[in-house]
Amino acid sequence: MIKSGQDTQHTIERVARESYGRLVAYLSSHTHDVASAEDALSDALVAALRVWPQDGVPQKPEAWLLTVARHSLIDRARHQRVALASEPTLMLLRQDPQEASVAAEFPDERLKLLFVCAHPAIDPALHTPLMLQTVLGLDIARIAPAFLISPAALGQRLVRAKAKIRHAGIQFEIPQEGELPQRLDAVLEAIYAAFGIGWDDMVGADHHGRDLAEEAIWLARLLMNLLPGEAEVRGLLALMLHCEARRPARRGQDGRYVPLSEQDPRHWALPLIEEAERHLAEASRQHRTGRFQLEAAIQSVHAERASSGRTKWLAIVRFYEQLILISPTLGTRTGYAAAVAEAIGPESGLAVLDDIDLHCASDYQPYWAVRAHLLQRLGKAREAFEAFDRAIGLAEDPAVRQFLLQGRR
Amino acid sequence: MQFALLIYESPEAFATRRNDRNDVYLGAWRAYYRALVAAGVYVGGNPLEVPEIATTVRIKEGKRGVQDGPYADTKEQLAGFAILELPSLDAALEWAARCPAASVGAVEVRPLAPETHRRITE
Repeated sequence: MIKSGQDTQHTIERVARESYGRLVAYLSSHTHDVASAEDALSDALVAALRVWPQDGVPQKPEAWLLTVARHSLIDRARHQRVALASEPTLMLLRQDPQEASVAAEFPDERLKLLFVCAHPAIDPALHTPLMLQTVLGLDIARIAPAFLISPAALGQRLVRAKAKIRHAGIQFEIPQEGELPQRLDAVLEAIYAAFGIGWDDMVGADHHGRDLAEEAIWLARLLMNLLPGEAEVRGLLALMLHCEARRPARRGQDGRYVPLSEQDPRHWALPLIEEAERHLAEASRQHRTGRFQLEAAIQSVHAERASSGRTKWLAIVRFYEQLILISPTLGTRTGYAAAVAEAIGPESGLAVLDDIDLHCASDYQPYWAVRAHLLQRLGKAREAFEAFDRAIGLAEDPAVRQFLLQGRR
Repeated sequence: MQFALLIYESPEAFATRRNDRNDVYLGAWRAYYRALVAAGVYVGGNPLEVPEIATTVRIKEGKRGVQDGPYADTKEQLAGFAILELPSLDAALEWAARCPAASVGAVEVRPLAPETHRRITE
């Protein structure tokens, strides 16, 4: 059946999105050459754009792309035979390209690719961009701004990272039992970095990666399907779904920033909250608590306000206390201070903040925003004004800046 | 390492300079300046007068050319600069993103060129 050009275009985009990571992972898992796999796949996608509108979308589009990409790899290998004729490449090429297209079943190596992207030998700052590029096929021009880096500079760094993957003997494998928690943690961190919303949205801005939030959720769902028995994967997914559910409520109609405590729960996306709760419940059945489950649990308590009309701050304090034991980051401690202030009183909250080394917090915006609000509630006008000033000066989001400027008065 | 943040502003942003102390944009700038000082990264800087005040000089074929107005004919104009002492470009980009001008104009980040400076001044 010949589809209209636009339909075909949509189909190609959908297939590309769903298959990109699967094909790159499969094509590179033997050669360790991610860059060549990506080049070959982009040749295949260009061919699809040319052929499919005329001949119709093939029955097994993924297998079609794989066959063309393989031929492209062979062509490229012929052009640079000396450079590329390593044993694994030859082994891959020796397989009959028709074989895979007939079976249309090839192993899903994306989990291995995710572990490669977040390998300890790769600069942690590149873990997330590598995943977005190789597993999702996102354009560098779209990834770079979220990380405050120029596309050209990011492109260079990714090329170097892929050269390292290829030459440094980084294995495409699922880590051993003993290694798994730590290696998985790096993958989860990288996905969460793409999501990019900070420790809580009471005072924090929507951070850099905002428009990558959906991509991060997609990656977390993928990881959950690949590793259904890992509680922390579900914890991360639940955390992101809770935050995403509040996105429509986070801005007023005039674009004004609305802090969590003032959000109207009727604007929260209930289906996302319900899905988050299902994942969190499933995770807790595995009886292995962890950082992301605890963070999701905190968001889950906030979400309860939609039905109960109030926030159980003491429950949030308890979750933060557990979280601080595992992950005593500046963000966690600041969030703890805010929760303590609500549950017990502003003096107690301020005491938690006072325990934080000022040097570490000097350019951490949420610290100053929480501090300003607590000082204001305690009637310490002068100190509050100064803290507001710091929070405003460190704010990046104009809407948050505006919100704090109004609060300062 | 020292970086210059070159601040580019729209005519609307320049116009806020005539407003009183309560202007939101100026308030954001005061807060930003204090945050830079408090973080110990501020080396120096200054706002520049509005571009209409600028005069541009060129010597062409031995003749002085004097032009009323700024060098570049663009909507957003150089409005000032800040010099910051920071460990990396990444840190400089973080501070540039927090700059109030980043959300209404643009902030260009350039490392200072100490080697060229040395060759000129020694």
